Amino acid sequence: MSKTYHLTTPLSEEDVCQLKAGDIVYLNGIVYTARDAAHKKLVDLLDEGKELPFDMKGAVIYFVGPTPPKPGDPIGSAGPTTSYRMDSYSPKLINEQGLKGMIGKGKRNQDVIDACVKSKAIYFGATGGAGALLARQIKSAEVIAYPELGPEAIRKIEVVDFPLTVINDTYGQDMYLMGRAQYEIKD
Amino acid sequence: MKEIQYKDIVQAIRDCIIYSGTNLPQDSYKALQNAYENEKSPVCKEVLKQLLENADIASNEARPLCQDTGLAVFFVKVGEDVKIKGGSLKKAINEGTEKGYKDGYLRASTCHWDTRANLKDEVGYNLPAIIHFDLVEGDELEIEYAAKGGGSENVSRATVFAPAKGRKGIVEYVKQVISDAGPNPCPPLTVGVGIGGTFEKAVISSKHALFRELGSVNPDPVLDSMEKELMVELNKLGIGAMGMGGTQTVLGVHIEKNPCHIASLPVSVNVQCHSSRHTVIKF
Ligand code: SF4
Repeated sequence: MSKTYHLTTPLSEEDVCQLKAGDIVYLNGIVYTARDAAHKKLVDLLDEGKELPFDMKGAVIYFVGPTPPKPGDPIGSAGPTTSYRMDSYSPKLINEQGLKGMIGKGKRNQDVIDACVKSKAIYFGATGGAGALLARQIKSAEVIAYPELGPEAIRKIEVVDFPLTVINDTYGQDMYLMGRAQYEIKD
Repeated sequence: MKEIQYKDIVQAIRDCIIYSGTNLPQDSYKALQNAYENEKSPVCKEVLKQLLENADIASNEARPLCQDTGLAVFFVKVGEDVKIKGGSLKKAINEGTEKGYKDGYLRASTCHWDTRANLKDEVGYNLPAIIHFDLVEGDELEIEYAAKGGGSENVSRATVFAPAKGRKGIVEYVKQVISDAGPNPCPPLTVGVGIGGTFEKAVISSKHALFRELGSVNPDPVLDSMEKELMVELNKLGIGAMGMGGTQTVLGVHIEKNPCHIASLPVSVNVQCHSSRHTVIKF
């Protein structure tokens, strides 16, 4: 049976280890946005031995490239982008930098799933295409790195009760496989 | 000869893009409501509820439905007796697209294929638009527009079969494409299938199939029966809304056909997400 949790970032090992694929989490606190272009820059920095623009320990990264904010709004529509494009970068951030959570949509590869088990991290799914609804749960946003990337810049955002589902947990389980197995009809 | 003003086309395209970005069309909304009512999985039911709520918020507050406001795709039917006054039709569509995306606070998503640099300054805001022209008899101008997101485009596939594969081969292929896509293209989906023609003709037909109204009936009885068969088969995959596992994976299957070369059977599957933003302007 799936459980519901309210968690606040940064996430601890205890926070993430209690979660199981299919659980609902309402997330609060600071989250960082990054898509593939920003991920590449982060990993390049690490390869060059340089410091990252934010502390990765216990951090949660949201894979999103929002629309431009309307005047007076902190952010435009902001739903998740497809996560596999970050697969080649995420394991390094999880295993070496202590990244604890990723928010996106769609399947991850085995390397990411393994890193989530080995170094205790969670891949959360947010509802793709619900950009207007999810933006309501974002209270502030500030570009902290790579403004030249436009929608792909790294933003520090503050979320309140951001609705998520645990897709990959620290035990190697996958909600997409579990859910589909339950409803697939084979002739 | 009918004269249409350049600036009127620019204005109409701009307005339709802003409206489409924030208002889910009736047919898509109704299809989501049906999916919500029929879904057996509580998790997917919750996702579908969020999607309907999202559509309400977007429309009430004039906010983009999704942050991926897509590349602008147009199918344009131009009558031979139509004259555009004050500029070219292609330029008018691009100018309207740029204005609509900018003024509507929609995202500029076109980039260089290699450097991945955004093209908003070099080429224009979310330009170029993808435009398919068709020259027809008469004095009408019809412009169909859809915003095409990347998530669903990335799972689309095309192939050329040997004719012996036939209907059965096509059904199997579509099932494989949707099964492989799983949660990635934001299901529940509209699936556009293009059959026949040359390689590129099949692909363009599969794109155009996505512009058809959800819930409408294919006038070709053979294609209609294939669409119904595929609806059942694809929903059996159990993917469900956002891939969480459920009974409602597709909202519609739309097939377009073309005559083939005697040696080949081209097939294309173009996938559209639940955020199926499409509309038509007639002059
Ligand atoms: S696939 Fe569609 S709903 Fe999902 S993120 Fe892309 S445009 Fe939005």
